[in-house]
Amino acid sequence: MAKQASAKDILLTPVFDNNPITLQILGICSALAVTSNLDTALVMAIALTAVTAFSNLFIAMIRTQIPASIRMIVQMVIIASLVIVVDQILRAYAFTLAKQLSVFVGLIITNCIVMGRAEAFAMQNPPWASFLDGIGNGLGYSLMLIALGVVRELFGAGKLFGHEILPLVKDGGWYEPNGLLLLPPSAFFLIGLFIWALRMWKKAQQEPADFKLAPQVKEGD
Amino acid sequence: MEHLLSLFVRAVFIENMALAFFLGMCSFIAISKKVETAIGLGIAVVVVQVITLPANNLVYTYLLKDGALAWAGLLDVDLSYLGFLTYIGVIAAIVQILEMALDKYLPALYNALGIFLPLITVNCVIMAGSLFMVERDYDFSESVVYGLGSGLSWALAIALLAGIREKLKYSDVPAGLQGLGITFIIIGLMSLGFMSFSGVQL
Repeated sequence: MAKQASAKDILLTPVFDNNPITLQILGICSALAVTSNLDTALVMAIALTAVTAFSNLFIAMIRTQIPASIRMIVQMVIIASLVIVVDQILRAYAFTLAKQLSVFVGLIITNCIVMGRAEAFAMQNPPWASFLDGIGNGLGYSLMLIALGVVRELFGAGKLFGHEILPLVKDGGWYEPNGLLLLPPSAFFLIGLFIWALRMWKKAQQEPADFKLAPQVKEGD
Repeated sequence: MEHLLSLFVRAVFIENMALAFFLGMCSFIAISKKVETAIGLGIAVVVVQVITLPANNLVYTYLLKDGALAWAGLLDVDLSYLGFLTYIGVIAAIVQILEMALDKYLPALYNALGIFLPLITVNCVIMAGSLFMVERDYDFSESVVYGLGSGLSWALAIALLAGIREKLKYSDVPAGLQGLGITFIIIGLMSLGFMSFSGVQL
């Protein structure tokens, strides 16, 4: 990223061009388990965006004061405190959702996106740009999470946000739900396919093959 | 004993950290290109998990749980909201101590595991192990067994994936799917395979 990147670039690059999940391979850890329905995916997306944005903001504010040797611990403490705040808010206002998310809210602490952005961006940039970078990366993550949540809930259970969209066969409708989409493996398949689609669109993101196959030739021709 | 054995089997196969709970995915994908390094990281995770889980269990039982500070004369103190901060602190401290101890007393092992140890602090498997332990109310012996089981489950999964990826580089994958995309699809297939363990009971 250029030194004088505009606010819009900082905000939008991570969404498509440098998506944290599909390109930087960050933050897949705690994300996929919560996408089997849209409610939890959305809450997780908001929680992560907020934590990334504010941790970037606070770390950028004190970046000149942090001694290099203990910067990891300082970053960790800031992130963990923010996650505690998010967790307490969720428990207070959305208890059932907090129960469904179970340990995954706590796992935002070890989510590589938050640490990665703090280390790679917030330590070198002023607070406002860091805040935008946090929101941008959070949005990139949210986009993937919500896309996965929509596909999995819509085709796996015929619902969105728990409201019926495709009437199921067992309730007298026409849609036979694909139960596999609610199980863990489907999240991997879907994310693999999303990456494929994105890389067909943005060719620059394709990875070169380690070995090229030689064209097949018949012996003796 | 039987109960602990069944917990162990469940932690390794049915509730596989990587393939059923998607945990530790960042290093799972980044470090699985070679079998040797994958096994090295796997062992490091097992070691750290076996030490940190019981340690966090003690911290939770005697310091944080509702009413746990009774021994200090504080009857109504509930510090469980400080959990996240404490566990990550304990994990970071133990990893640091382990690194220094290995460096001093077992230099051979340190050279093998050294580069992986700092990575482990931010590996979700370790943190998740502690959080699951609290959520499911494991006691001390259960937390030792669960630590071993969940660590091994992750090590097993990453070793298997590395084995597949080593062979995979000779195959002809469509351009956009090359690298990350095909890896995800393989993990999906592995996860489908591991689902066949569900329902196994001892």
